Amino acid sequence: MSQGPASTQDLPPSAPLSPGMVLDGFRLEERLHQGGMANLWRVSRVQPVPGEDLPLIMKVPRIKGGEDPATIVGFEVEQMLMPALKGPHVPRFVARGDWTRQAYIVMERIEGSSLRPRLDEAPLPLDEVLDIGHRVATALHDLHRQHVVHLDIKPSNIMFRPDGRAVLVDFGLSRHDHLPDLLEEEFELPMGTGPYMSPEQVQFVRNDPRSDLFALGVMLYHLATGERPFGQPSSVRGLRRRLYVEPLPPRAIRPELPPWLQEIILHCLEVRPERRYQSAAQLALDLQRPEAVPLTARAHKLQRSGALKAFKRWFFALGHEPRREEASVDEQLSRSPIIMAAVDTQSATPALLERLQEAARRLVHAEPGARLACVSVMRTARIGMDELTDAQGRSVHVKQLIALRHWARPISRALELEDARLTFHVLEAPDPAQAIIDFASKAGVDHIVMGARANSALRRYLGSVSAQVVAEAECSVTVVRAPT
Amino acid sequence: MRLALISDLHANREAVTAVLADARARGCQQFALLGDYVGYGGDPAWVVDQVRELVSQGAVAVLGNHDSAVAHGALPTMREDARAAIAWTRERLNAEQLRFLAELPLSRQQDDCLFVHANAFAPEGFEYIQGRLEAMRSLQATRAHYTFCGHMHEPMLYHLSGTGKAGDFKPVPGVDIPLLSHRQWLVIPGSCGQPRDGNPAACYALFDTASGQLSFQRVPYDVEAAAARILAGGLPEPIAQRLAARLAVGE
Repeated sequence: MSQGPASTQDLPPSAPLSPGMVLDGFRLEERLHQGGMANLWRVSRVQPVPGEDLPLIMKVPRIKGGEDPATIVGFEVEQMLMPALKGPHVPRFVARGDWTRQAYIVMERIEGSSLRPRLDEAPLPLDEVLDIGHRVATALHDLHRQHVVHLDIKPSNIMFRPDGRAVLVDFGLSRHDHLPDLLEEEFELPMGTGPYMSPEQVQFVRNDPRSDLFALGVMLYHLATGERPFGQPSSVRGLRRRLYVEPLPPRAIRPELPPWLQEIILHCLEVRPERRYQSAAQLALDLQRPEAVPLTARAHKLQRSGALKAFKRWFFALGHEPRREEASVDEQLSRSPIIMAAVDTQSATPALLERLQEAARRLVHAEPGARLACVSVMRTARIGMDELTDAQGRSVHVKQLIALRHWARPISRALELEDARLTFHVLEAPDPAQAIIDFASKAGVDHIVMGARANSALRRYLGSVSAQVVAEAECSVTVVRAPT
Repeated sequence: MRLALISDLHANREAVTAVLADARARGCQQFALLGDYVGYGGDPAWVVDQVRELVSQGAVAVLGNHDSAVAHGALPTMREDARAAIAWTRERLNAEQLRFLAELPLSRQQDDCLFVHANAFAPEGFEYIQGRLEAMRSLQATRAHYTFCGHMHEPMLYHLSGTGKAGDFKPVPGVDIPLLSHRQWLVIPGSCGQPRDGNPAACYALFDTASGQLSFQRVPYDVEAAAARILAGGLPEPIAQRLAARLAVGE
């Protein structure tokens, strides 16, 4: 029996790949692309399979230092989803590599570049915008009919076959209705690409195909006007603005655009999915026959709705916060509590860190089913999404993770905890107290244990993180102080 | 190798017949039987004999709580219907059949697969896996990549990621799910002989040990015949009525 993957740290370090290497019968020819999440290699079969006449690429995940769930789980999702997909609008799946040796996906290579470079040339001619929109909507409909929501539709994930048909790539954030959603429980931030994310995606809904139509609407807006309808927000707060702030109507930027195009684009960009196109096929139809598009008030607007409407939408957006925890989950949580230790590894004194260790150990010890989530907050000006790859931020993140593991080691040893009962999370947020409160709420934490700053002058100056957590967290909070 | 996972057969001859035929038609070479061969249904002796025959051909079979109760006496926590069915079952099994049940192991491990009736953390306690937390406890209690268990009658799939986060999934029948080796999986095929999710069709699952592909299956069977067998079997009338009615609606 091989050992179970108790944690990502159990994985063997993968040898660096180089041209000429052979992996499971695939020879690495040349590295085509080095991306943030994965490298792409042109590969060929050592022993050609009769009848398989495809140029092949191998996608290999880039596992960065420390724990990197975003890359790992995203790649797992893609490995799980791709074999289930078929048809001309996805790259044909060929093989996948096991995580215990070398994770990879071998698939059909789609020649040419993505739609990304065209974005720099926006605004594009009207005919081309329509044509691109139609081809992508057709591809999306095919995908949706295969029970899949892409959830990361953007120009860099769209390619074209020589015959013009659009091919959707990168299924790392996708959701298949008939397969487990590995991402559902994994992350505390909305998943997607900032400019393209639908309002419901910002609110953690991952199963609505109309989210992809919103993203396509963003793309069409950009291709038609040369501007992004919602800018390029990098914080959750910035993302949430699209729940209540309307984009500027496209014709306010380019008055020569036809009203029907504005109608189509703003129809895609409706905040509530039930007010959007109900299927990609309906959208494709309108793009194909724009003269038939029934024009509504959307088509004729030349400015954003007034302040009162925006306020109403903002108010609605506040009340629209979806509750994720169900009653039965609450019951189960109370039986096996999740303890969260919020540890300030960077500035807490050794005495306080030790006290905190002792308090966390006792809490976990009290319940055989208890879980310990060790959390530290990396203070940032912006909440990272694409910014996470920023080298300096990355190294601070890893450093905090190492410190957190170091802090927890005595607890883990004293209680003989298996790795899976302990998790480590470095949150990147501008406001530590809020980050702790949000994490606790989303993760269903039963009990937070954290330290309080001893120095009262410093506390007065910086404000008390623990006081805010005690006041605002939904669960019990134990505040530990070091002896004076 | 294609492995059929069949659990909670509950003396339902018609359901077991249909499931075995379906699995064989799908090219299944091996069987893993996850316990509760008796209780509730109308033909315990036939089902136990089927299980014995499959075991003699190399099938894995583990002990369920109903099997244990029939072999060793009912637990005080069991419900009235279950207790009555157990007393009735004992009268219908011969010494050899009872000994077979008594000698079943609580769990079996083969390569990366763990087979157990209720859970991996305390198989003898028959505690239910009702949600993610119990699933997580069970997955943390074994190094096996794949745990197959029954006891819960509704089909379910749980998984535990490398970062220690558990997920659950209510499966759609007939869909191939790749169980990637990077995480741990807990598979509950659902009950063959007494489905309880509102669908009376018998549950089982297929697992390809080489490719790691799993699929949940539903097999319609002659529910009326199974119900008639219960009614004719000589259980106390109200209990027989109740058990027969439950089969018909699948709850």
